[in-house]
Parts: sequence; structure tokens; C-alpha cells
Amino acid sequence: MSSEKINKIAAVNDFVIRFANVNGSGSASANNLFSKAVFRLGVPVSSKNIFPSNIQGLPTWFEVRVNEQGYLGRRGGYDFVVADNGQTMTRDYGELLTGGYFFYDSSRRLPDTFNRKDIVEIGIPLTYICNENYTDPRQRQIFKNIIYVGALAYLFDMDFTVFEDSIKSMFIKKPKLIEPNIKALKLGFDYAQEHHFEACELNIHRRDLCGQQILMEGNSAAGLGAVYAGATVAGWYPITPSTSVIEAFEKYCKAYRVDANTGKNKFAIVQAEDELAAIGIVIGASWNGARAFTATSGPGVSLMSEFLGLAYFSEIPVMLMDIQRTGPSTGMPTRTQQSDLISAAYASHGDTKNVLLFPSNPKECFELTVEGFDLAERLQTPVILMSDLDLGMNVHQCDPIEWNDARMYDRGKVLDEQQLNDMSERWGRYLDVDGDGIPYRTIPGTHPEKGAYFTRGSSHDEYAAYTEDGEVYARGMQRLLVKWDTAKRLVPPADISGQDAGIGVIYYGTSDYSTQEALDHLRSSQAIDAMRIKAFPFGDEVKDFIDSHDVLFVVEQNRDAQMKTLLVNELSVDPKCITEILNIDGMPITATFLVNQIQQHLQESINQIQQEA
Amino acid sequence: MTFVRPNFRHPLYHTNDIGYSIKNYEGALSTLCAGCGHDSISAAIIKSCFDLNLEPHKIAKISGIGCSSKTPTYFLGKAHGFNSVHGRMPSVTTGANMANRDLLYIGVSGDGDTASIGMGQFAHVVRRNLNMVYIVMNNGCYGLTKGQDSATADKGSASKKGVPSVFDSIDLCQMALQLGAGMVARSFSGDKHQLIPLIKAAIKHPGFAFIDVISPCVTFNNTATSTKGYEWVRDHLEATDTIDFIPTKSEIKIDYAVGDTRKVALHDGSELLLHKNTADYDLSSRKEAMNQIESVKEQHKILTGLIYHNESEEDTHGLINTVEQPLNSLQKDDLCPGSQVLDALNATMR
Repeated sequence: MSSEKINKIAAVNDFVIRFANVNGSGSASANNLFSKAVFRLGVPVSSKNIFPSNIQGLPTWFEVRVNEQGYLGRRGGYDFVVADNGQTMTRDYGELLTGGYFFYDSSRRLPDTFNRKDIVEIGIPLTYICNENYTDPRQRQIFKNIIYVGALAYLFDMDFTVFEDSIKSMFIKKPKLIEPNIKALKLGFDYAQEHHFEACELNIHRRDLCGQQILMEGNSAAGLGAVYAGATVAGWYPITPSTSVIEAFEKYCKAYRVDANTGKNKFAIVQAEDELAAIGIVIGASWNGARAFTATSGPGVSLMSEFLGLAYFSEIPVMLMDIQRTGPSTGMPTRTQQSDLISAAYASHGDTKNVLLFPSNPKECFELTVEGFDLAERLQTPVILMSDLDLGMNVHQCDPIEWNDARMYDRGKVLDEQQLNDMSERWGRYLDVDGDGIPYRTIPGTHPEKGAYFTRGSSHDEYAAYTEDGEVYARGMQRLLVKWDTAKRLVPPADISGQDAGIGVIYYGTSDYSTQEALDHLRSSQAIDAMRIKAFPFGDEVKDFIDSHDVLFVVEQNRDAQMKTLLVNELSVDPKCITEILNIDGMPITATFLVNQIQQHLQESINQIQQEA
Repeated sequence: MTFVRPNFRHPLYHTNDIGYSIKNYEGALSTLCAGCGHDSISAAIIKSCFDLNLEPHKIAKISGIGCSSKTPTYFLGKAHGFNSVHGRMPSVTTGANMANRDLLYIGVSGDGDTASIGMGQFAHVVRRNLNMVYIVMNNGCYGLTKGQDSATADKGSASKKGVPSVFDSIDLCQMALQLGAGMVARSFSGDKHQLIPLIKAAIKHPGFAFIDVISPCVTFNNTATSTKGYEWVRDHLEATDTIDFIPTKSEIKIDYAVGDTRKVALHDGSELLLHKNTADYDLSSRKEAMNQIESVKEQHKILTGLIYHNESEEDTHGLINTVEQPLNSLQKDDLCPGSQVLDALNATMR
């Protein structure tokens, strides 16, 4: 093959590289080393770990988008592939974009069927180099990954010192590993320089665009948020992709919440027997005056539904994090989706509604977790953080997390001993004294004579006594709607951008990245307004936005347009007014898809209007 | 059931050492059937807490769903109560206990609530050795849904419906033993002389204390053919010992024949005085306790009394090493690492 005929993809700081690896082969840390180096050159980067529901052996991909314009959504397609997995090599070869680069271990010859004429093949004998330089079989495996990173540093013309510095900080506690790792990087770099001189026209050059930004997983940020919010009790049951929320909570608690004098923990993490017990623990602890939370995914929300209804009806604060994955049932446990909106919003039998919060990046995972605890206690009801696998388990570039030391926790309407003493009138646990639908509660053990009551999921009157009087029951249910109206004023409002366009795009959660990119593209030819919903129930601004636009789109990552259902159901919107743009393949939605879909729909409506005319 | 509570109280009940009368430990009027064994258990809980001079508001009573789980309304009206979800009392109690280790947790459940729908939660709360009193009001049937057999109904036993149960029964004491409970006891709602000292011992036990109380359902399961009816149970009781609970400060002046009596010391200095019956085995041996239950069962009898007692295991808080101070009393200064820590943390993520 002669490379002169190939129209090579040439780009600086704007391309996609895909790493195809075998799960459990230690590739993740090498791939992260690469993406972190891009970040440290000040070039915006986003990485998606596309992994199997498996611990060892099945294929896994790591997709890195380098984009100096700052677009961090998934782009789709790849310009460069590191083919390190024999199982998927045919597919990785076949799907590479025309003019792209196929990087492979040339210790073995490529099969004859690999005969594309439109791509550049870059062979590096990784296994051979490893065998030459290392004797320990484990080192051969690990350093093979580092060697290809070194080769990429040359091929993309990256500043090598960034890698050296990364290795040094990575192994600050194991300095013996620094030298062999740097050696491995150099082996790859030197080989590529010698054998593939100027073979690659994709470059990553220093830009210093990342400022004070950080790289963080959404789940780490949520776990950290729970620490800052003062959560002391976590009940949980392992489920992908939520497990790392609790792991992060534990990690940060061990760092910041161990009593220096006694070595004892100012937190209790209980791994429960199932999700039912996990939420039961949260409810018991919240009822007893601690801030408590759990994290789960769709199947867990289904199991927790009965308890969520109890918390809604008996008015107990609950902080729940739903890291959504592809459903229904077991679905695709390691793929992303936004498909639990309905089951979370209306979890449990009977008339129930739960507060939902929609973070779009790790910083918001932190902020909305902190806010979620306040809301749960202020409203005495379940609050569910609707994150997803993409946000939770991938490393995202975002603004640094901030904390205002003057911020106080809002513990809501809780009567202490003094307030109970001072009360002349009879206290009613479910009495709406303030007209906002939120009653006052008491914590067990507060007062010897006053404030004790019986919490129950059966119907109760304003004084928490059991009742089967339909009127009393109905009054309680109507009051819960008053509280719901109060919630509309307390939850974070939607982010609205643009003004006075006839077209509006509604979106939420991790669709943010790609929608922003799509909007930038579409707005070059068409005025478009946009609204990112951050919470359920919807504030007035959501209805106003819908009412003031003739053409509306809603962007979602589920099959049934669940946010649209909520909008239609809660705001009495005509369903025909909103066109849904849906992605359900389990991969994060892309800007290209959005642009195509929206343009197509706009064109169709123009055609229709012309026909009618 | 009764619609009027008489004002008359037993003349011996005046006030206890902390100045409370028995009235301070009572709850609302029971709505259970007249003669229900559960009401006797409520009365035993009331008497135990009164005698132990407990402050009612420092007790949390938590239950699941069913006739048994309604009873917390009928005792300790000055204590917070929580009638939660069917079979889920153990998890709610776990959370409550994690939030505040200083309260006394009395969990009330039934045989359906524990041995069927809540079996998983029961097993795991025992494993955690949560510091709580777990009382099962065991009548062998589902009372609130009108008498279906429960999982503790003995094979061959027939309730009011007259159809003998075809399945083997679950022995909750054996389960609790196997899962590592520190105190395991069985009693009968009709035997308050045995039940009250057992409840007191359970309250004093620093970990998971389990009492399976056979409590006949007068409406659906009190037939001659039922092994959970008053008649059958009375005729087939086999007590490990008769028991007295001796509080810390009391001097024991009762004489028992040497060799017939033994003491079980509790961690706070109080004692159980056991007057031997026919059985004689090491109460701190799980193996012997298990063996004793089986031996008595072979004779078609029910072993009651203190079956197993061992205070050596740490409770959940000890196992997960939480601070002595209740977690629900920690304030922002104790809990929030603050902005400087966050700045340093941000720096590690660049």
C-alpha cells in the first residue's frame, strides 16, 4: 500500500481516537494517562468508557474526543483507532473513517482481509518490544499499554514532558514505578519516531484553554456532595452504574470524617441485603433526624417504589441518587439512558409525585446533591437525583467544585425541645400551619412529654392518628398538592437561552453537551431558543417557555419521550406541540444526530406549510 | 376489644424510680380482637419498661405490617413509633439505630412479617447484630387477611378453616441462632411471669435480642387442631428455666435450693436468675441450644424460656466503628470539610 494516495485526515486539536482493548487488561489507566495529558496541554477533552458487563475478557472501548472548541459531547465516528483487541479488530478496522489511522500491534501480520486502501496503517510491534525489554509476564502486559501511549505522544506531536509529569504524579507514592513507566513511554515514542516519521497528520498542541477546570466522574462528585451536605448514614446495595457513588462517599468520609482523637467514624455506611433494605435504612435514619441517602439504578428504583410511597405519604425526607442505565429489566447494564423519569417521578402505588433533579456535569452532581438534601428536609419528601451512566462513570471536564463556608444546612421544619415547650396550641404532625403544605415534624427522643407521634403509611389525620374518614384522607392528599406547589418554587429553575425565536429546544441531563454543540451549529442559520430543565416539578418558567414557542423539540435519551410525558401530564401541554428527538442505543447522544433530526423536522414542517398553502 | 379504658390501675403500681406511673407507659386503646395474645405482650412490654425505669421518649418502637405491627400504638404512647412497610421493620430500625445509637429500639413483627415477606431483612438484621429488641408475635396465621396459614404454622396443624398445613414450618429461634443472634428466647403470651423477665433481659442485652412469642389468634387459629392455640400451647410448653430478672441495685435475698438455680450476669450488672427445669445445658453454647430445641421438638413440645445468651459480639456500631455521639447530633462543623479542603481536592483533579 502506498500512503500517497490516501487522503489522510488532518486536524489539530479536533478529532476522535478510539482505544479497543480487552476488559481487565489494565488498559484503563493507560488510556486515562493519555486523555489526562490532552487535558494538561490545555486542550478540552472528553472520554467515554464503553465497557461490557463483565470483569475480564470481553471487549471494551475507550473513546477520546479532543476538541479545542470545547465541545465535550460524543461526536460519533473515529479518526484514529488503537486496535489492541483481536476479538474486535475486524470491526474496529472496518468502521474507521476514511482517511483515518489504524494503529495495531505488528508483532503479528494483519490478516489478508485487512485490505482497505483508504486508511493509514501504523504498525508497532508492541509484544515484540515488550518481550525484548521485560521478562516479567505481568510487566509485559502493563507496559504494552504504556508503550502505545508513548507512540501516540510522538504520532500526535504531543509535548512529551506532560506525560513524564503525569507519570511522576501518578506514582508519587510508588517512586520505584516512575522510571520503568517513563522507559516504556520512550520505547513507544522512539519506535514511532523511527518507523512512522510524520505518518500521522492528527496533532495535539498546547492551547492552555482548560484554566481552572477539573476532570472528575459524576459519581465521585455526588459522593463528595453527600459528604459536604452532612450526610451521615448511607444504606446501599451494589448495582452498576451507581456503586461508585457510595465508594466515593466512603473514600471522602475516610479522608475527612474520621475523628482524629478516637479514630472513630462520623458516618455509617451499611451495605444492605437488597435495595428495599437500602431505602428502608435511609427512611429510618431520616425519620430519626440524620441526613441519609442511597444510590441505585433503574432496577433498584423499581424495588424501592413501595418505600418511596411510604416516605411520600408519611412525609419523611429521602435523598436518592438514580444513576440511570439502559432498561427495561436488566437491559444493558453498562450503557447509558435517561429512561427512569416516569418510574422515579411517580414511584409507588396510589397518587404520588417525587421531586427530581437533573444534573448535567460533575459540578452539578455535587451542587444538586447538596441542594437535594436541603430540599428533601425542607419538603419532607423523597428527592431523586437523576444522573446516568455517562455522567456517573465517565471522567468529565468541568468547572471546579465550589463550596461557600457560610452556607448553612436547611434542616427544614423540625421542632426542638424548646419550641415544643413554648407551644401553647396542640401540635399536629400533619397540620399545615404556614399554608405552604409543609407541616412541622419532631425527632424521636426530643421531649419527654410532647411531640411523640406514630408514623404510618396508613391514612392519618392532621394529628397523625389513624383514620378511615374519607374527607380527612382527601384533605391530607390535597395538602400534599399544596406542598407540591411549594416545591415548584423551591427547586432550581430551568436554564433558558436565546430570546424571542419561534423555535425552542428542550433538553436535560447529559444531553447538554451535544445539544449545546448542535445549537451552535443550527443557530448559524436559524434563531433557536433553548431550555435545559433542571428539576421536576416544573416551575412557571417551563410553562412560559412552552407557551411562547410555536415549534418545540424535546431531546431525550429514551424511547418513549418520558420528559415530554411529564410536560404534557403536568402542564396540560398539547402533545402535538412538542416533537421528540430520541436516542436509545445506549450510547450518549451526538450533536450530528441532533442537527440532522432537527433540520429534517424543520424542513418537513416547511414542506407541509407550503403544501397546505 | 374494649372501647373504654378503666381508670383503675393495679394498687401495687404507683410510680417507679423516675417518677412515672404505669400510665406513662401505656398507649392508645387496642383495636385487636378481645382475648388476642398480642395485647398481653403489649402489657408485658409496658410492665418491663416501667420496672426498668426507662424514659418512654428515649424508646423508638418500630413495626412492619399486620396485627402484630399495629400493637406499638397500644404501648408507650410517649415514644415515637413507626408502622412501616410489610416485612421491612428491620431495615427501618437499622437506619434509625445508625442515626441515634442512644435510644432503645423495640421492633415488633409478626410471623408473616418476619418468616415470609421479611425473611431476608430478618436474617440480615441478625447478621448485623443490631442493638435492638426484636419481638415476633407469632400466631401461625395471617390475622388481618382472615386466617391464612403462615410459614410458622406447623405441618399438620389446622386453623379455623380446618385444612392442615402441608408445609414444614420455620422455627425463627433456630434461624436467629444460626445467624448469630446474641440472645434468643421463646415465650408464650399467656405466661407473663416468663415473658416479662425475658423482655427485660432483651432490653438490657447490648446487641440483637430475639424473642419469639407464641401468641394465639383467638379468631382464626385457636382451634383444638392448631398447635398455636391457647390449649395446645399450654399443654406442650417445655420451659428451659423459670426466670427472674434482678436489676443491678437489688439485693438477691430469695433462697433457692443449691444446684437448682443459676445466675446469668448481664453487662450492666443486672442478673437473670434461672431456676432450672428439666433442661440443663450451657446457655452460651449455640450448638447445645440448637440441640435442645430439636430434642424438645421431638417430644412434640415447644421449648420456651431463655434459649441462648452470649454478650461477646459487638453490635453494628462497634463493627463499623462509629463515634459514640449519636450521628444525628453531629453539626455542620463536624461534618463538612469546608472550602479549603475542596480547593486542595480540585487541585488533585487537574
